[in-house]
Amino acid sequence: MKVGVLALQGAAELHLAALRSIGAAAVPVRRPDELADVDRLILPGGESTTISMMLDANGLTGPLAERLAGGMSTLGTCAGLLLLASEVTDGRDDQHCFGALDISARRNAYGPQTESFEADLPIAALGPSPMTAVFIRSPIVERVGPEVEVLARLDGHPVLCRQGRAWGCTFHPELSGDLRLHRLFCEETA
Amino acid sequence: MRVKRGLAEMLKRGVIMDVVTAEHARIAEDAGAVAVMALERVPADIRRDGGVARMSPPEMIESIVGAVTIPVMAKARIGHFAEAQVLEALGVDYIDESEVLTPADEAHHIDKWQFTVPFVCGATNLGEALRRISEGAAMIRSKGEAGTGNIIEAVRHLRSITGDIRRITVADSAELYDWAKRLQAPVALVREIAEAGRLPVPLFCAGGVATPADASLVMQLGAEATFVGSGIFKSDNPAARAKAVVEATTNFDDPAILLKVSRGLGEAMPGLELGNLETRLAERGW
Repeated sequence: MKVGVLALQGAAELHLAALRSIGAAAVPVRRPDELADVDRLILPGGESTTISMMLDANGLTGPLAERLAGGMSTLGTCAGLLLLASEVTDGRDDQHCFGALDISARRNAYGPQTESFEADLPIAALGPSPMTAVFIRSPIVERVGPEVEVLARLDGHPVLCRQGRAWGCTFHPELSGDLRLHRLFCEETA
Repeated sequence: MRVKRGLAEMLKRGVIMDVVTAEHARIAEDAGAVAVMALERVPADIRRDGGVARMSPPEMIESIVGAVTIPVMAKARIGHFAEAQVLEALGVDYIDESEVLTPADEAHHIDKWQFTVPFVCGATNLGEALRRISEGAAMIRSKGEAGTGNIIEAVRHLRSITGDIRRITVADSAELYDWAKRLQAPVALVREIAEAGRLPVPLFCAGGVATPADASLVMQLGAEATFVGSGIFKSDNPAARAKAVVEATTNFDDPAILLKVSRGLGEAMPGLELGNLETRLAERGW
């Protein structure tokens, strides 16, 4: 099984390192042929507007939409979650959201960088000890559709959710060195 | 520190553009910039006009914060912690303690650990980079020679930093003390580099980037993202050049894409020979 990390812009490297340290064959994805070659995909954090434009520039928008519609296992973190959402508020009108997760998310909802934070987050699916979750200019999920399963909340807001094979979190599992979420994502066979 | 460094991680493989108006900021965002640097004058104009260059007025920074959805950075003078306090209160996402502005302190940089907002600092070599990191910088950028459109200084700084990192990774434990002494840097940070083979914070490039090929060059030399100052808005066609530099940064190792995005951009900013400069901005900082 080959796991791709969309590496147009953002924190791709840390996801690749996390995947490799749990023994996954991890490769960066920047072109359509590279996307066609992977079984699963992580959409990393970064600037969602930039990533969205670079999807167009590199001819990946159509192929990614097709793979997502085909049910590819995908994990979107922060900006990646916005790409998977069905609706983004406070973003740019032209930014892509592919609708693999039936959620509405508000971009950069906590405010400027001085409001970024870490929190110990209990996630039942990952076992008893909480995960150190790093939130960097993160979005807030304001609506979840009936098909969406919420796996963790913070202050009442969903911060980790999934719908079928699409997973999204508003925090950065790649920044804390805790590999449990990457492992769960790679092992699930829904 | 993880939260401060975290934002730098999110900016990797991106372009941060200098902007002086809300309109510039929108052009930058439309082109795919990952962040903008709000300042009163781009370095080429600071160089031309002379005088004391200071932090931009709050209204000007606020108008840019209001114009875009991407992070906004702003510059404080070297050692001017009160300017940094004002910028933090204003809510900028990153502060650049920058040699492009006139230094406020000839011995001390800002104690950046005292702040919640993260800082980026310039460096010409590894020792300078490690001193800034020991003061709390969460991102290092090459200084280059801002406002010249001449990439040679940024290349020198990047090669100096990455070359010494490579040499440290093959040093034995006794030699690390000598490295610390020569670099005038804490031995703990030198050890971290010996083990990790990289700086403990992201390394970006700044100073002199004017073309898509310049961006590709510095990325191939080990920069993880690019700042572009005068290079965009002092060129013939800022919108097209901004977009081309963004695409070149994402695809820096793909010559076919570099060729494609290098076409049809009009004139780049006029460049300056380093030998003819009256002021070397990169010499500011200690």
